[in-house]
Amino acid sequence: MNSLAAKRRHPSAVLVVLFVGLCLTGVVYSIVGSATAAGATPQQASQTQIERGKELFLEGCASCHGIGAQGTANGPTLVGVGAAAVDFQVSTGRMPLAAPGGQAKRKPPQYTEEETAALAAFVATLGPGPEIPSESDLNFADADLAKGGDLFRTNCTQCHNFAGVGGALSNGAYAPGLDEATPKQIWEAMVTGPQSMPVFSNSTLTPDDKRKILKYIEYVRSSPNPGGLDLGRLGPVTEGLALFTVGFGVLIGVAIWIGARAK
Amino acid sequence: MSDDLQQGELAPTPSHHPRRRTDVDPRAAKRAEREVATLFTLGALLAIAFVVAFVAISPERTVSLPVMGETSAFNLALGLTFGLSMFCIGAGAIHWARKLMPAEEVVSERHALASDPEERAAAADVFDEGAEASGFGSRKIIRRSLIGALVLFPLPLIVMLRDLGPRIMIPKVMGETLWKRNEPIVNDPTLRKVRPEEIPVGGLINAIPESLPEVEEREGNLNARAKAGIILVRMDPSEIKSQQGDGWDYQGILAFSKICTHLGCPISLYQQRTHHLLCPCHQSTYDLSDSAAVVFGPAARGLPQLPLTVDDEGYLVAADAFQQAIGPSFWERNS
Repeated sequence: MNSLAAKRRHPSAVLVVLFVGLCLTGVVYSIVGSATAAGATPQQASQTQIERGKELFLEGCASCHGIGAQGTANGPTLVGVGAAAVDFQVSTGRMPLAAPGGQAKRKPPQYTEEETAALAAFVATLGPGPEIPSESDLNFADADLAKGGDLFRTNCTQCHNFAGVGGALSNGAYAPGLDEATPKQIWEAMVTGPQSMPVFSNSTLTPDDKRKILKYIEYVRSSPNPGGLDLGRLGPVTEGLALFTVGFGVLIGVAIWIGARAK
Repeated sequence: MSDDLQQGELAPTPSHHPRRRTDVDPRAAKRAEREVATLFTLGALLAIAFVVAFVAISPERTVSLPVMGETSAFNLALGLTFGLSMFCIGAGAIHWARKLMPAEEVVSERHALASDPEERAAAADVFDEGAEASGFGSRKIIRRSLIGALVLFPLPLIVMLRDLGPRIMIPKVMGETLWKRNEPIVNDPTLRKVRPEEIPVGGLINAIPESLPEVEEREGNLNARAKAGIILVRMDPSEIKSQQGDGWDYQGILAFSKICTHLGCPISLYQQRTHHLLCPCHQSTYDLSDSAAVVFGPAARGLPQLPLTVDDEGYLVAADAFQQAIGPSFWERNS
């Protein structure tokens, strides 16, 4: 302790503290920022699958959404939300909800792919709604990247940020980052409009438009950061803040060193 | 202090500075000398390394680093070598000054800045002489024409800044957009016309007037676009609490200018459950189900609503132009 107290007045202490702080920030950021994505393949619904889905529904969902999925005070009706809404909510772990609040968060899914498909098949029988996209729907390999950028910047950037890292909304809601969502989940979110998100149905954003957007999202995700640290890809605010704190910190450290008396 | 000092001369004072190790120990001085030379040499080597990196590394090459992730090797190498080269040269110079250059503390005296009375009197004489010689007092025509020129000189400034002045000189451009009766609404950026049945409840469309691309092409600028952007949202008609005009919606579809009335950011952060539209610039929040009234933030008035209807073919069109100027306030705005 005494030696620490003595050393903290050392001319290089400022630099050491700054360096340690920077390293810590970087480590914490890399932990928070790392993530993996998983997805399921759509299947044709069979009668046994629907039966299985009903069982699972009564077990895990009916307490909030009602025995007949007609909705209760604690949860909205699921009649007509479609298989896509169920697959999105369950495969991203947003449902079942851990606790009511401003916004359901993404978490590890509670149901297996097979169970999710069964739940989706069951809810799809309750009323017509958006369907889970097929493999060919999601085949965006040949989509027009530049047009996708145009569409993304007009329709998505406002909330999800130009690089798809998400952003804040009002009343505790936020637009999540798109780095973990699979193309299928992104498609489902567009056609169902989960939570605060508006609906971008296939009539307003055609399947072709959606594939272009998926292509753009994939491109942005895999783009390297030519300038170094991306700082969350939030734009000039974080960059200014980083420059201000780190830059000024370094300048103050150097000024202290220049002004200190040599021994 | 002492009067025998000349102006600007330094008064040597006894130094209370403790002697540095480099002052008393020749070996320490030698070591400091080597350190300074090492820093300078490093600076030189890094400058060479910069040139090597510039030639040798492909700008497309990326390198994966912890924390930083996938990063351009080229930019990283250039930045590191050039920055560290400059730093080493600077650090060497400072190190040299701190360890080896004389370290005596000196005091610099401050003196009165005014010249002595004789010099001031002499300067005044020179001025008077000059004024007399120029004939400013006796040659009236020169004096008057000069004054006239100086009076008229600010005129160009007034002409240039006239639009800060009274309303009569302002073009009507601020209050007008491309929207007019029966102007078709097209999707931005796909330019597809919009049918009401295509918009689901909870849906959002960014739209522009059909004539915009042509106007943009003709004018060669974005001025028309900056004013014409709108958003279309659809909600259950029972959820609409109020509108800016009777029946301005079309079966629950509402159209609003997407230009924030605070400082003009284009906004479409629409939260379909609360019908709130949030401006990311300064958090102004509008309730689209209630005449787009401001519910939070610095905006002074709601977003102007565009009345909607459909044409003979069933496409959505504007029923009329905007009934008020869109966007931020300006001096001559009526409301």
